[in-house]
Amino acid sequence: MMQHTVNAVMADERAASFTRRSIKTDSKMQGLRLALSMVDLTTLEGKDSPEKVRSLCRKAIQPYDGQIDPPLPSVAAVCVYPSLVSVARKALAGSNVKVASVATGFPSGQFPLDVRLRDVAEAVEAGADEIDMVINRGAFLAGRIGEVRDEIVQVKQACGQAHLKIILETGELETYDNVRRASDLAIEAAASTGELRGGEVFIKTSTGKVQPAATMPVTLIMLEAIRDHYLVTGVRIGMKPAGGIRHAKQALHYLVMVKETVGDAWLTPELFRFGASSLTNDLLRQIVKTTTGRYSAAYDFSEA
Amino acid sequence: MDTSAESRTQSTLINGEAESASEPVQWEYSPAPERAAVEIADRYDLFINGKFTAPKSRKHFATINPATEQVICEVAEAGKADVTAAVAAAKAAQPKWARLKPQERAKYMYRIARRIQERARELAIIESTDGGKPIRESRDVDVPLAAQHFFYHAGWCDKLRYAFPGAGRDPKPVGVCGQIIPWNFPLLMAAWKIAPALACGNTCVLKPAETTPLTALRLAEILEEVELPAGVVNIITGGPESGRALVEHNDVKKIAFTGSTEVGKLLAKMVADTDKRITLELGGKSPNIIFADASIDQAVEGIISGIYFNQGHVCCAGSRLLVEEGAVDIVVDKLTHRLQSLRVGDPLDKNTDIGAINSKAQLSTIHKYLEAGRNEGAALHEVNGQPLPRKGYWCRPCFFTGVQPSHVVAREEIFGPVLAVMSFRTPEEALERANNTPYGLAAGVWTDKGSKIFEIARRLDAGVVWCNTYNKFDAASPFGGFKESGFGREGGLQGLRAYLEL
Repeated sequence: MMQHTVNAVMADERAASFTRRSIKTDSKMQGLRLALSMVDLTTLEGKDSPEKVRSLCRKAIQPYDGQIDPPLPSVAAVCVYPSLVSVARKALAGSNVKVASVATGFPSGQFPLDVRLRDVAEAVEAGADEIDMVINRGAFLAGRIGEVRDEIVQVKQACGQAHLKIILETGELETYDNVRRASDLAIEAAASTGELRGGEVFIKTSTGKVQPAATMPVTLIMLEAIRDHYLVTGVRIGMKPAGGIRHAKQALHYLVMVKETVGDAWLTPELFRFGASSLTNDLLRQIVKTTTGRYSAAYDFSEA
Repeated sequence: MDTSAESRTQSTLINGEAESASEPVQWEYSPAPERAAVEIADRYDLFINGKFTAPKSRKHFATINPATEQVICEVAEAGKADVTAAVAAAKAAQPKWARLKPQERAKYMYRIARRIQERARELAIIESTDGGKPIRESRDVDVPLAAQHFFYHAGWCDKLRYAFPGAGRDPKPVGVCGQIIPWNFPLLMAAWKIAPALACGNTCVLKPAETTPLTALRLAEILEEVELPAGVVNIITGGPESGRALVEHNDVKKIAFTGSTEVGKLLAKMVADTDKRITLELGGKSPNIIFADASIDQAVEGIISGIYFNQGHVCCAGSRLLVEEGAVDIVVDKLTHRLQSLRVGDPLDKNTDIGAINSKAQLSTIHKYLEAGRNEGAALHEVNGQPLPRKGYWCRPCFFTGVQPSHVVAREEIFGPVLAVMSFRTPEEALERANNTPYGLAAGVWTDKGSKIFEIARRLDAGVVWCNTYNKFDAASPFGGFKESGFGREGGLQGLRAYLEL
């Protein structure tokens, strides 16, 4: 594996430059709708109930009940714990919203490998279209790179037809050099299992349980790894920043970064997702404001 | 990287023909022009002795917007008599200004700095309209830095005795300073010249460049607003003749010039048998050295800001790219990819990265070099396919590969968005190639290895060496050149030296 280092000062500077793009009028509306279609609507709490997941699924299929012309898209997926996959599967039947499930001992990954693999298998069995796995950060930080690679390979195989998102938990990796190395490692491990279709494998920043979660520079570095892999192999790996993206304006900054780093081809839910919950309503708020000229109150949008 | 990967860089990555199931969108940024209305008069006079004064020459000339080729307004052309009047006003004002309590001088300078901040948006718009640079740069770089120079130097006014211990209690100013500035950073260069001169108790006559006089005139309005004593700063517009009259005037005790090496040499000859002192900040052909162990993605950003910042109209532009042999292909591929996302066009659009070339004359100079490069056998890469506006002066960002150090494009300053890419094998060869130039203004070094940075930086003949970054400026940091890039420093403590009798 070729080692890519990252110069933190310049990476931060480049990431900040995307936030200075001015996205107005038509491009703003298009960007907001696009971002909405890329949301993985997520609930990952100990107190999650089947009823809450059903509400979330309803929201996912039809994010807004008012009239918007043309009609708004559904979000990309609903992301839940494995125990609630069957509930989500049922609630989303007939829609094109995907069921995503975290697995492999989310969020810490501190479980024996066979337990983590069974976690994956059961989530797939219950009907998950996509598995969000966590890497073994302990092994990565201790330098046991081979171990991390082998585990990713086994999880990928356990996924079968389900798509795989590999969570690096960048907040625990701390340095940009580590983020880049983990990105390259995850992509390389997944690619070693056979020929990948575009979007079959994603790399994802965070679980949302560790601070900092997704940031612009970290996402930039991961996108650069994705771009470099594409330039060599022609395979498009997906990208999912998760945690901490709450505002529509932030989402537009991310889309600008995607466009200018990997290109327009990635501007599709097949290849780019936002792991977020509160982002959806801010996107809706901005879309409604752009359409009607008025800001809506927070209670005008359903919680889930 | 194989060749098919290279062709992917060229076409699909940005244009996006995807094989994925759902159709990817073409997401284009809508125009985002800076819309604030700025009043510009039809005609401007000379700022002499605290007042806008009609030129005795009775001549005016037009200044045009290089993005549209339309006349913006007319400005006065200072004749010999006008220069004499300006110098006389500066001479008359100087003793009183120098005797003013230093903290009082500082107050005026703080006021100027704050007014520049308050009128920042207006200044940025005028700068971009008159000079063609993107509003993003005039807004985020030129104007804030100009204000910073006044803030910084205001702080020196009452501390000069500590700046040069041994020079006596209060080092004396030199007198009337004649200052001639270029068109690439009009307001910023005015600040670089005026701020240290005033801090040291001098008075000035400043001549902005012929193609970009408007922000200096706006600065004159600010000087009026802050009630700077009449004659302390005089701003005269005009061409080379006005500049010559200023340099030749007997009462001017110091010349400060930023511009081409050719004119710099001429000025040095003109003052050779006089009592005038002179500082020159001239051209460059600065090397940007990338080692294979550098963080390549960030180094590519450094190449971009090094050569394409301000359309390459930067004296310290990193116009010679020296890449370690093993990294040449990957650097060229990534540069090719990155260039495609640069947005060329309307300088007033907030999403524009590359604006208009400053003047028709400069555009034809750049074209001359592009032709020379091709004629000498280098390969020109014009990979940015953005449509250009029909009117105006434009040059897409580009680079040459297959360049030999003896090629014209590797030796002469082009002052445009044109990069010459060369390779080296060992650090010694990198140094040899980097220093093999008549210039010595700036250099960049990119490596992840700290010891290499210190070794290379120490041995580069350049006034500024940027390590793992490029084109960073600060009022506290001295700027200036080695060899034919000039002498004297501007900014920092060192920059005060030229404005004091030490």
